[in-house]
Amino acid sequence: MGVTNAVLQGLLLGGLYALFAAGLSIMFGVMRIVNLAHGDLSVVAAYIAVLLIGQNFLPLWLVVVLVIPIFAAIGYVLQRTVFQRSLSSDPLATLLVTFGLSIVIQNVLLQTFSADTRTIDAGSFVTGSLKLGGSIRLSWIGIVGLVAAVACIVAIQVFFSRSRTGRMMRAAADDPETASVVGANPHHVYGVATAIAFATVALAGLIFAMRSAFDPSAGPQRLIVAFEAVVIGGLGSLWGTLLGGLALGMTQSVVSFFDPGSALLAGHLVFLAVLAFRPQGIIPARTV
Amino acid sequence: MSTGHDGASYLLEVTDLDVYHGQLRAVADFSLRLAAGSTVGVIGANGAGKTTLLRCLAGVLPATSGRIVLDGTDITALPAHRRVELGIASVPEGRRLFGSLSLQDNLLTGTYRKRSGPWTLEAIYELFDWMPARAKQSSRQLSGGEQQAVAIGRALLANPRVLLIDELSLGLAPVIVKRIYATLPRIVAGGTAVLLVEQDVSQAMAVVDTVYCLLEGHTVLTGAPADLDRGAVEDAYFGLATGAVS
Repeated sequence: MGVTNAVLQGLLLGGLYALFAAGLSIMFGVMRIVNLAHGDLSVVAAYIAVLLIGQNFLPLWLVVVLVIPIFAAIGYVLQRTVFQRSLSSDPLATLLVTFGLSIVIQNVLLQTFSADTRTIDAGSFVTGSLKLGGSIRLSWIGIVGLVAAVACIVAIQVFFSRSRTGRMMRAAADDPETASVVGANPHHVYGVATAIAFATVALAGLIFAMRSAFDPSAGPQRLIVAFEAVVIGGLGSLWGTLLGGLALGMTQSVVSFFDPGSALLAGHLVFLAVLAFRPQGIIPARTV
Repeated sequence: MSTGHDGASYLLEVTDLDVYHGQLRAVADFSLRLAAGSTVGVIGANGAGKTTLLRCLAGVLPATSGRIVLDGTDITALPAHRRVELGIASVPEGRRLFGSLSLQDNLLTGTYRKRSGPWTLEAIYELFDWMPARAKQSSRQLSGGEQQAVAIGRALLANPRVLLIDELSLGLAPVIVKRIYATLPRIVAGGTAVLLVEQDVSQAMAVVDTVYCLLEGHTVLTGAPADLDRGAVEDAYFGLATGAVS
């Protein structure tokens, strides 16, 4: 019974990991950008929500609805200005730029909001749970995280495979110059891909913030989780990222049932094992 | 449609075009006029500047000086995707299909900014009747000739006014080349003008209305294939003609 519960809790946590890692996967799959500021961006989304909630001026659901498009817009602009510039100069430059962005974000947050930990109070949404038989309870927020992850990844996959812009995104990932010769502006296409990535990061960041406390330096630890989910699943495959996130969440949860102290370590060991024995990941794919 | 000095109207007019590859002047003082529904060939040996010329016309390489005018609109400074919108499509050297896309998805990328016109997916499938059966296959599984056909279909789906084709015959078996060349008349019949770059001189001379021979970036010979002496073409191609290079 206890192990069943641990597996189910792990699935819920893994769903959130997958949702969070999806953005990293998209940016790598389409633009070959390894976004080292990915974790910090999720923290920024949480702080924007803190600002918007303020003295209870806005209800939480409205804040979520506002933050996601704001973040998508930030993503589009950031891609077309900062990231595109670094992409055009040198692939290594994007690593440095996103690393720099990470440091800037952490320090601006520290300066503005101090080092105090914060939470977003989502009331009964966080404390409430769905009772299954026996002693198993699934928290609503966990269920929402998993459902959101699956829904987002399915929707993004359908967008990539069916829509005009999605098709052009895959084309531009293969060969941006030829994409421009068939009529796409690769910079715009990349901007849209980044906007999608940022929207999922914002949603994941908000759910993280409702689940547990955060502070300005929470980003890098989260980045490691996302990075591991992407690598375990297979670089550049969104389905892989979903499976990778779930695998990581379940490993942590099941191991912590036996020995809470080793949960994080177990996740890292799975990551190392995948790197050593199956470096292409669970679902190898070249593009999203 | 703009009107040239001799009263005829031209769809594409290129005037005194210079294109540099770093320090190298790869195309020098190139001028060309292309009327709707006509086919023009650019021939020349390796390194003559043919591909550079086409890449500049497609908008991938910037022109250092000179003008490119499409139907009265100066497009010299426009990026590639804006030129597609105005009616220039290309079949790039080496086909350049999108490797992770299926055959059909490769074709459909050509519709991203399509203009209205006769070319639809159905029309392409009619032109190349082997395609429907393999529509879902990855473009990596196609042979060179099949890839070339997909690249042509992709370009046609944009319903271009000017179709730029780079090295149609490169790396393909002669029988395949012949089959692909056989589709050209149908393309031109729709009013599309074709600018063809080719190393295979006899193949090009058989289909074009006017031929330009490039040597080290300079135009050394121009004319209708019927008016040109075979020996003169060979001399121009290999740079043997006296005073060909200034």
